[in-house]
Amino acid sequence: MKRQPARKWIQLLTTLVYNCHLPGFVSGGIFKGNTKAACVPGLNCYSCPGAVGSCPIGSLQAVISGKRHGFSFYVVGVMLFFGALFGRVICGFFCPFGLIQELLHKIPIPKLNMPSKPDKLLRWLKYAVLIVFVLLLPTLLVNEFGIGSPYFCKWLCPAGTLEGGIPLLIMNETLRDMLGARWYWKLSFTVFLLALSTVFYRPFCKYLCPLGAVYAFFNQVSFFRMKVEDSKCIHCGKCERSCPMQVDVLKNINSSECIRCGICKDVCPSGAISGGLELLKHEKKKQAE
Amino acid sequence: MKLFSDSNISVAGIVRTGLLLAALAFIVAGVFRGEAAVVLQKAINICFECIGL
Repeated sequence: MKRQPARKWIQLLTTLVYNCHLPGFVSGGIFKGNTKAACVPGLNCYSCPGAVGSCPIGSLQAVISGKRHGFSFYVVGVMLFFGALFGRVICGFFCPFGLIQELLHKIPIPKLNMPSKPDKLLRWLKYAVLIVFVLLLPTLLVNEFGIGSPYFCKWLCPAGTLEGGIPLLIMNETLRDMLGARWYWKLSFTVFLLALSTVFYRPFCKYLCPLGAVYAFFNQVSFFRMKVEDSKCIHCGKCERSCPMQVDVLKNINSSECIRCGICKDVCPSGAISGGLELLKHEKKKQAE
Repeated sequence: MKLFSDSNISVAGIVRTGLLLAALAFIVAGVFRGEAAVVLQKAINICFECIGL
């Protein structure tokens, strides 16, 4: 079954569920309910007027930059939970900012692929962003009261600018009076990334997203697995040519760069590629026997 | 690089089950340490850093 249309609907539904506090978009305020104690699996700013849950990257920085907790068992546990179950399925199906980039990539203008060498090098950047902006700076650069800042949100996060900054600033005059150089930097950076998304496929996810970097660690071990059946594969190479994340499908289908979009599975003429939760598959096999 | 080959797939099963159990233990520990409250406190107030102010 071709799963791309279904995936788009899941991405849209996820975006709506994460941001279902619709009155916020009218009033210019944000949701203040208890559900915000829970982290959503994807990158979605908690200052979006519609957000009803918390962004795991923002939450992690909020906890570790405070004086009380040097480490966040809660947020790391949430990321470990989603990572162990799904790996980067979260990126492919449950991330609103991934969806935004994919929609922009649908604009009919010529598309580009980054040349292999700089591409491989730039892919490491997201791990550097995770270590420096999410983990080190918020814990090490603290004020006189021992409190740090969420440096990734402050200087880089395009989801915060797009989902939180723009709608809140449109509707809130007090916030508009507070505009400064950092806002213009963040806005320019976001516009640059969104423009880049029209020609390159999901550039933020490939090169900069710290949450993608976290889930990338789990792709090799998560319950969700992709598989190529050697006996069925006719080595036509269609899967590798069609992979928008440039994964070496036949060599390492569970690569840390695979976002489990399933395009390789859809284009495979011999049905050699499959994917799913390994535990359930074993149970199904046993039942069949 | 492949971390697990097909032959040691049961090792992979143990690792991923262990990760899942560790995740649940971490979440419970974090809630008891008051971290969920910190997350809530941050999320119900407009985050000036997030929006770039």
